[in-house]
Amino acid sequence: MGHPTVTALKDRFDSAVLHHEVQAGDQHVVFVDAARNSEVLEWLRDDPEQRYDLLVDVTAVDYGSGKPIQIVYQLWSVGHKRALRVKCELPLDGLSIASVVQLWKTANWLEREVYDLFGVEFRDHPDLRRILMPQNYAEGHPLRKDFPLRGRFSRAEQTRRALSQDYRDDYTREALEVGGAPGLAPPEPTGSTDEPEDAP
Amino acid sequence: MTEKILEFSEPALRSEPMLLNLGPQHPATHGVLRLICELDGETVLKVTPDIGFLHSSFEKLGEYRTWNQIVPLTDRMDYLAPLMYNCVYVMAVEKLMQLEVTERCKVVRVLCMEMDRIFSHLLWLGTTAIDVGAFTPFLYAFQERERIYDLHEAYTGARITTSATRIGGMMADFPDGWTDSLRDFVKTLPKTLDEIESLLTTNAIHLGRTLDIGVISGEDAINYGFTGPNLRASGVDYDLRKDNPYYDYETYDFDVPIGENGDCYDRYLVRMEEMRQSLRILDQALDRLPDGPINVADPRVSLPSKTDCMNDMESMIHHFKLITEGILVPAGDCYFAVEGSKGELGMYVVSDGGEKPVRWRIRPPSFVNLSVIGKLAEGHLISDLIMINASLDIVLGEIDR
Repeated sequence: MGHPTVTALKDRFDSAVLHHEVQAGDQHVVFVDAARNSEVLEWLRDDPEQRYDLLVDVTAVDYGSGKPIQIVYQLWSVGHKRALRVKCELPLDGLSIASVVQLWKTANWLEREVYDLFGVEFRDHPDLRRILMPQNYAEGHPLRKDFPLRGRFSRAEQTRRALSQDYRDDYTREALEVGGAPGLAPPEPTGSTDEPEDAP
Repeated sequence: MTEKILEFSEPALRSEPMLLNLGPQHPATHGVLRLICELDGETVLKVTPDIGFLHSSFEKLGEYRTWNQIVPLTDRMDYLAPLMYNCVYVMAVEKLMQLEVTERCKVVRVLCMEMDRIFSHLLWLGTTAIDVGAFTPFLYAFQERERIYDLHEAYTGARITTSATRIGGMMADFPDGWTDSLRDFVKTLPKTLDEIESLLTTNAIHLGRTLDIGVISGEDAINYGFTGPNLRASGVDYDLRKDNPYYDYETYDFDVPIGENGDCYDRYLVRMEEMRQSLRILDQALDRLPDGPINVADPRVSLPSKTDCMNDMESMIHHFKLITEGILVPAGDCYFAVEGSKGELGMYVVSDGGEKPVRWRIRPPSFVNLSVIGKLAEGHLISDLIMINASLDIVLGEIDR
């Protein structure tokens, strides 16, 4: 069973389309070169024959045991009533991919969530902060397979950290400047020039 | 003398933006949501939502459970439409297994999902009305909700945490007389809806609080990822029940209400009409509810009967393996979405052929809808922010997961 978009994609982005498969009977999945994701997705959104104007979901899958992490884009075309799943694979030592916030505003929070839970960096994302976990969370990225179910720290340490959260972590820098109170803003970063010069 | 007075005139007022925290404990945020608002007087300059207070990492927990054990996690996310979440999860797994459920099961699930759509919309209606000062619709709506709670309890034994579905069927069939109670509910709800509409639809205060508040165009709404009633209020005709039908929705006779302006008032009108359309679907589904088994007779998911287990060895082994190992789902991935009460509700399941999922992902409609609040509220008054937040119909359990 063919999918019109898959054929067109292969014609247009010959080398960027790595692999195509059909899952669960009728769901078409296209593996795309991670370095060219935004180029391919922009074409899928804008080409009149494709018009995948609704970015339904952005998520990631970690298969564990050192396998690459997959970034999954779930697309839907409101006009053509077609679905397509686009995947990009990222090796564990290069977890970075171009953001698609410029194409779909939906991606803003969805990519933040992937960053928070998987540690994937989205280049050119306007506001790449943790979203579900606390800002001072230091145990890593929970949905990775090497992350233990109950976290890396002991219960006592987790409680201590939860209680010692800095309220300033929950505001963006601009918000604190709006707040205006001089004591609220975090101290300016002083750089790491504190080391004595004659240190061995 | 005049000069003397001028000397005491007021000093020039300094005008600076103000930072206001709304929530996390605030009745109008509909849950544990914190909105950091930058205000110029009463005008909202910028809203930054802060979420995650209810985060319990259901997706991580799911990776440590067998496929059927995940069902109880699903209704804890959206406690306003629990049966809908139960259904969509097992539908996604069944799709991955290429498992066709029985005809009766399909209609039973349609009944469950449409009933919970009304259940969720009624809560939205009551709490939204109370946010703009109308107390009576809240009482009317919650009285009707209580009847659905009773239906939940009669069927599943629980009011909110229903956990009613199993892969390949339901945990049980409807008890005797249950469909009659549901039919009674379907018959009498329109009267309550009429009463509530007479209180709100042409009410000058309600109109003043909702008309032209939080407007978003159809094109923007798609780009921002709106789905469900919020998207349809902006004039985009997108309903998964019509556009990508499942469970024979194409054979039911119902309309999809579409708004025009994409403001809070249109979102109100769309949801009110959706409840009436759900009642039409419920009526037809009750009429066509076929007899027959509710669970599929597929050895991959169904337990053999007790008699068989006691009489032959193979059934005994089969029973033992299904209980101790759990269901084995073939390797692959599957995204399945239904038209939820709050928008497109999808489940993405990834299996490596084992008894536990590699990844279980919820496509959260409320999460995506809430991310737009900054754009909707910009330039409105702080009191309108409350209305906009209410009109999005969010549930924090699902946003934070």
